[in-house]
Amino acid sequence: MMEFFNEYVIVLIALLISIAMAMIRVIKGPTAPDRIVGLDTINTIVIVGMVVFGTAFNEIIYIDVAIVYALLSFISTLFIAKYLEGGDF
Amino acid sequence: MWFDYLIYILLAIGVFFNILGGFGLLRFPDVYTRLHAGTKCTTFGSIFITGSVIILGLKMWYLGSTDGSILAIHTAGALVAILLTNPTGAHAIARAAHKSGVKPVGAVVDSLQTKSLKHNVNKKIIETKKMEEEK
Repeated sequence: MMEFFNEYVIVLIALLISIAMAMIRVIKGPTAPDRIVGLDTINTIVIVGMVVFGTAFNEIIYIDVAIVYALLSFISTLFIAKYLEGGDF
Repeated sequence: MWFDYLIYILLAIGVFFNILGGFGLLRFPDVYTRLHAGTKCTTFGSIFITGSVIILGLKMWYLGSTDGSILAIHTAGALVAILLTNPTGAHAIARAAHKSGVKPVGAVVDSLQTKSLKHNVNKKIIETKKMEEEK
């Protein structure tokens, strides 16, 4: 039995507010590292959001998606940082 | 039961720190201070939110549901992934920001100046110019 409105849905809405604030930094950021910091924050909050979403709607498969998303976003962050650093790859 | 109150308290702490991270990302003046807010606060909040989900899974398991153990173990895996990847990514971003020439606001002394990439490149350019002039 699935409850549609429980406490985890409220947590999900609060996490969406935090994602919106990080998105403002991604759009506005003066330099390129600012945008990457915003992107990294959005990645972390999306991982937690997937865990909370899977708990709220009783779908355990979303948590596995969160683990894979964490590892892939880590690789993308490292690669963008390596690109910004310059020099030889 | 006291499990429920513990879950609510952990959720409240986690949401507070995540929103604080987003707010600090907007308000701080500098890449490095924004990195403090955007990485430390969200990691700390994520620990508490996933901890509340783990306790919920343990409670479901204790009450006789097999879904609870799967929920707890997989959420612990997600927590380990966050804890391993997030500080490493922050370190890489800070290193890239310093090497690409972004200075902290109001900094007086830069101890990494002589080790930075731009300085070495400039020194190399000056040396090659001197060599060409000598020829």
